Amino acid sequence: MSAVLEVSDIKKNFGGISAVGGVSFDVREGEILGLIGPNGCGKSTLFNCILGQLTPSGGEVKLDGKVVTGLRPAELNKLGVSRTFQLLQVFPKLSVRENLILAGQEHQGSMASRLVGRSDAGLTEAANQMIGFFKLDHLADEPAGGLSYGQQKLLDAAMAFMGGPRLVLLDEPAGGVNPSMLADLKERLVAINREKNATFVVIEHNMEFVMSLCSRVMVMAEGKVLAMGRPDEVRKNPAVIEAYLGH
Amino acid sequence: MSGFAKPLKIAFGLIVIAALIAVPMNFNRYGLFILSQWAVMAIAAMGLNLTLGYAGQVSLAQGAFVGIGAYVAAIMTTHGWPLPAAIVVAIGLSFAVGWVLGYPALRVQHHYLAFVTLAFSTLAFLVFRNESWLTGGIYGISNIPRPHIFGIATNKPLPFYYVCLGSLAIVSLAVWWLIRSPWGRAFMALRENPLRAQSLGVDTRRYTLMAFAIGSALGGVAGALYAPLTQYIDPVPFNLSLSLDLLMMVIVGGAGFFLGPFLGAMIAVLLPEWLRFTEGYYLMLYAIAVMGLLIWSPTGILGILDRYLAERRTKAASAQRAVAKSRLETVQ
Repeated sequence: MSAVLEVSDIKKNFGGISAVGGVSFDVREGEILGLIGPNGCGKSTLFNCILGQLTPSGGEVKLDGKVVTGLRPAELNKLGVSRTFQLLQVFPKLSVRENLILAGQEHQGSMASRLVGRSDAGLTEAANQMIGFFKLDHLADEPAGGLSYGQQKLLDAAMAFMGGPRLVLLDEPAGGVNPSMLADLKERLVAINREKNATFVVIEHNMEFVMSLCSRVMVMAEGKVLAMGRPDEVRKNPAVIEAYLGH
Repeated sequence: MSGFAKPLKIAFGLIVIAALIAVPMNFNRYGLFILSQWAVMAIAAMGLNLTLGYAGQVSLAQGAFVGIGAYVAAIMTTHGWPLPAAIVVAIGLSFAVGWVLGYPALRVQHHYLAFVTLAFSTLAFLVFRNESWLTGGIYGISNIPRPHIFGIATNKPLPFYYVCLGSLAIVSLAVWWLIRSPWGRAFMALRENPLRAQSLGVDTRRYTLMAFAIGSALGGVAGALYAPLTQYIDPVPFNLSLSLDLLMMVIVGGAGFFLGPFLGAMIAVLLPEWLRFTEGYYLMLYAIAVMGLLIWSPTGILGILDRYLAERRTKAASAQRAVAKSRLETVQ
């Protein structure tokens, strides 16, 4: 399996504090990689460095073998890299459908054609499919701000899949989502991973969710990689138990 | 305002348009001047509504763009160019200057951005006043001709009012198209959450610059109509207070609502006239009315209507739910 994403020696310093201190790993085509670690260990900072939201202090990010370090988030998104956020990041005043249409529109045609050409038709169709897939039908025309927390989390994930991304970085998708909805979410993620051959990296604190969803798990502590391997290997690793899982 | 039935909205719109065409036929010279001014200011406010209301970028420079448009039109038409040519140049120039003014918005936001645009506004005023070789300085430019449209002279107030109204209609249609296009959605995304917008592939830099450029271009259009309307311009009307007036029109009408600028311009231009009978008190009453409105409804006049319609929808929805629930219970 070839690597979709190669991260080598990424560093990020904030003033004198090293948030990420030289992290390297590969993400293989089609896998679901879990990323776990204590709060403040640099997981989200690492995400932001990979996605161009932060400029890394050092190191390199490669997408399909091409260096993409320093590209802006919008440019990376057009190359097929998408994300969800730890905190709710939907557009509260737009309806659920409008949120999804917005999430897909920049992947069609040029900026000029989006003003003149009205390439909305296919988008509305795609948004409706996504709404059906995430079982948000009854909420399609509601403003996103009126949805419950869990529903907004689902919408946030759905938005990340609108442009047909190859690689999706999910930052705590399960946080604050109730158990029955969580099972739904997992089922959806697995389906998209298999059917669309989308590769995922998932930050999550819910161990059961991570261990059952992911093919490999990477553990971070204090800005460094502590362990990487299959879920059962990681679970038994003494260093991981010491730093994160507890006894 | 999706709460009203579509035929009702269309009927209401047609009545308003018919009234705007028919009623002023009996107006005197002054009444027509005020109404023409309303149409011109509504165009400028619509531009600012795009920049501020939809894309969320604060600008205190819209008055400066009205000035740029007015001087372009005044200089060109007094040198024998037709007004449509002047409008095209005014659009081009204010679009370009607006684009450049958008660059600071890529680095600073909110009140910092307000200050940058305020500084630009002052700069533009100083150019209008001091560069007398071009602008006539404090003496301004007089005898600005009114155009012939399709061979019809518009010297008289009524025909020129129709020129202003027609321009307002064209600009309204263009803005309506723009905000319903993916661009409009991208502008709103810029306003509500630029971080999320970026991660969805929205090129926030380009859309920010576009929001400034297009909004400023509409300011230029308004200016290019203002010059032949007053037939005399000097720097004073284009100082900072015009920018503040336009900002107030957008906020009072309802920022981010399509119809906000029409209403805001109406209040800013017409209300002082209606309050004229109070003589010395009209500005005070006006100020108090604006303060009261913004305390009551920070989202402007259309915000009140929007809230009312949203409440009505919620009530209707919960009534439906209650009916459905009771049916379910009777079945069981």
